[in-house]
Amino acid sequence: MVNQSQSGPSQSQSQSSGPMLLDGYQCEGFFDELLDQSGHARPEGEALVDLLNRLQRGELVERQKAIERSLYRMGITFTVYSDSAGTEKIMPFDVIPRIVSSILWRHIDAGLKQRIKALNCFLDDIYNEQAIVKDGVLPKELIDSAATFLPQCKGLKPPRGVWCHITGTDLVRDDSGAVYVLEDNLRCPSGVSYVLQNRMVMKKNFPQVFEASQVRPVFDYPARLYQMLRSLARDDIAEPTVAVLTPGVYNSAYYEHSYLAQQMGVQLVEGRDLVVEKGYVYMRTTDGLQRVDVIYRRVDDTFLDPTVFRKDSVLGVAGIMDVYRAGNVALANAPGTGVADDKVIYAYVPDMIRYYLGEEQILANVPTYVCLRDEDRKYVLSNIDKLVVKAANESGGYGILIGPHATPEERAEFASAVEKNPRNYIAQPTLSLSRVPTVVGDKIEGRHVDLRPYILCGGDDIWVLPGGLTRVALKKGSLVVNSSQGGGSKDTWVIADYGQDPSKRT
Amino acid sequence: MLSRVAESIYWMSRQVERAENLARFLEVTHDLTIDQQRQFVDPWEPLIRATADDKQFAERYGKPDAKSVTNFLAFDREYSNSMLSCLHHARENARSVRETLSSEVFEQLNSFYHFVKDASRQPTLESPSKFFDAVRQHALLWSGIIDGTMSHDTGWHFINVGRLLERADKTSRILDVKYFNLLPRIDDVGTAVDDMQWSALLLAISGFEAYRRDHHMIDIEKVVEFFLFNPIFPRSVLFCVAGTDWSLREIHEDSNLKEPGSAKTQISKLRHRLSNTSVKEVIAGGMHEFVDHFQTELNQIGSGMNEDFFN
Repeated sequence: MVNQSQSGPSQSQSQSSGPMLLDGYQCEGFFDELLDQSGHARPEGEALVDLLNRLQRGELVERQKAIERSLYRMGITFTVYSDSAGTEKIMPFDVIPRIVSSILWRHIDAGLKQRIKALNCFLDDIYNEQAIVKDGVLPKELIDSAATFLPQCKGLKPPRGVWCHITGTDLVRDDSGAVYVLEDNLRCPSGVSYVLQNRMVMKKNFPQVFEASQVRPVFDYPARLYQMLRSLARDDIAEPTVAVLTPGVYNSAYYEHSYLAQQMGVQLVEGRDLVVEKGYVYMRTTDGLQRVDVIYRRVDDTFLDPTVFRKDSVLGVAGIMDVYRAGNVALANAPGTGVADDKVIYAYVPDMIRYYLGEEQILANVPTYVCLRDEDRKYVLSNIDKLVVKAANESGGYGILIGPHATPEERAEFASAVEKNPRNYIAQPTLSLSRVPTVVGDKIEGRHVDLRPYILCGGDDIWVLPGGLTRVALKKGSLVVNSSQGGGSKDTWVIADYGQDPSKRT
Repeated sequence: MLSRVAESIYWMSRQVERAENLARFLEVTHDLTIDQQRQFVDPWEPLIRATADDKQFAERYGKPDAKSVTNFLAFDREYSNSMLSCLHHARENARSVRETLSSEVFEQLNSFYHFVKDASRQPTLESPSKFFDAVRQHALLWSGIIDGTMSHDTGWHFINVGRLLERADKTSRILDVKYFNLLPRIDDVGTAVDDMQWSALLLAISGFEAYRRDHHMIDIEKVVEFFLFNPIFPRSVLFCVAGTDWSLREIHEDSNLKEPGSAKTQISKLRHRLSNTSVKEVIAGGMHEFVDHFQTELNQIGSGMNEDFFN
């Protein structure tokens, strides 16, 4: 193994003739994750900066193009308009990785584990005793008015108290480099296939720098996911059958569903492939019906079972909730987890951590104004030009107002919406998100990023994938990283601890 | 294996095979027109007739010639059996069962589709032969990747059934129309043109060299026999039927079902009948009648697949 200290000092000026790629790169007062304010590489980024400075100007763009071509060939594309016109695009990908130091990662890892533990306690409580409400920590009206609270799930007791098996939590860093939790995605978080694919293409194109940087691998995610899913089956089933349930080929995350099923070697099923008979779930095969024991479902809660939730759903399986309730099929995630995604309930997560675990939060929430509180609302309405206002149950970058960037009309529209339905809104200060060097044309400029790590939880055993999806806002100055709004992605390199084998399982 | 997956994988395979056969037919026809100084026989019209979609063609394009037939069969998105449409459908099917294929299988089909789609955007093909040759290479590569990177399990056998049923269908069709097309000129037997026409027909199924090795000279009866009854050439009708029979037997043996389904029963009967038919009987009874009957049986086997596995 190459020792980190062997990778030379940053900005080594020797090899390259002519201007180097990072010459003239400006942090512009933002927190840059690769370089410090004086333009020197942060310690964990030395090998990468060294490489960037050794590359000829055209070479980086060339590698970027090669990677784009291979993503295109792999068919990781979305169709811009109907495919009969035939135009397809890949998700924008930026070739310069985002690096997370081992110290920062330890902090993130511990914080995420704590958070998932508390959120699972909350879900188990809120669908059963509701002690947190009775003890006055969480206002009752908040739960009663949460659109994502599913009364049909009351009294459910998932095995080992785990509701949320797969989570993708969005993190951001501010201008001091401090890490905040922006939101918890507890329903069907997507994007992990991009983490795996991004890494695959990066390894092909930058093999040397991986070793020099001691990057921790991500390839075992599917194996760990499978292990976790399998462990959810009833104990008396020796060889459980695991399946991934997808809404189908027209779902925007279909590629991911199919990729994960393929990598785990399990069946990818649609609702129409499944049927409930005599208390069990079966799939229709060329060989008759075959029982399914564990379902990683990527179909939304309310579409899961037309006899319990939305009656018009054709994506689900009639009767599956009865089988689930009887313990004859396991679902990951459990139905009902969306209530903890509510952006107002999010504001109470620090309280939950205190209430259930008796601990202080390790990873901070972004300071949040809950418009339901009179005082907060007053502040929000008179400072709307400085704040980010969010609707409680929107995602994908929708239902969001970025005060400083909005027009007076847009602000007025949100202000009246807040007054009309304060329960449905929160506001947060506009964070000055951290940036990472990004290829723009034939130059490198800073662009804002966030980070979505993935957490697997099968009980006491919680595992955080060392890496995650770094989303980058490709438009200059933009803070919106969602792919539906012009965002791209980057490979995320978590650096191993000094002396730690990067592939060591933790 | 999921019924839905079995159905998609079967159709994916059929559609690529269909596209490959179109490329083969177009390629040899383009070649033929270069060698032929005067057009003794119109080579384009039979290609349209072989698709059995001649009516649709006439409505949209009128008279068949090199350009119109190539556009219709290769690039017409509105014609659901064109090469491009077939590859589009095949890729959509592959996408819906991607988890059951090896990564390489999907990637090759994806490249294949994009290759043809990109070509369809050019106003005319610089060199049709070169293009169709490349299409054939793509198809052969795909089928090699399937055989070389996937377990030969039930899924593979459904792929095999799809490809062989489609191939049997196309081999018999092209023989039917070309035979009809060439026969009125039976006086030409022994002339260079006639040789060229029949050789082109053999080339269309990559069988020219294999045929020559056995027979050296072009002889109509021998060519027909090669097409229909050669037991070891992978594009002959008998070979395709025997292979389908084998794969359906494997699928059945791998299942818990007691009785074989109707597709299996019918293909075994068909195989038996073909093995016991001579080329003389075919010609005496009428080539067209023979092929027509054969096609009906293939269609019944197709319906059998539906009943036995996909529903």
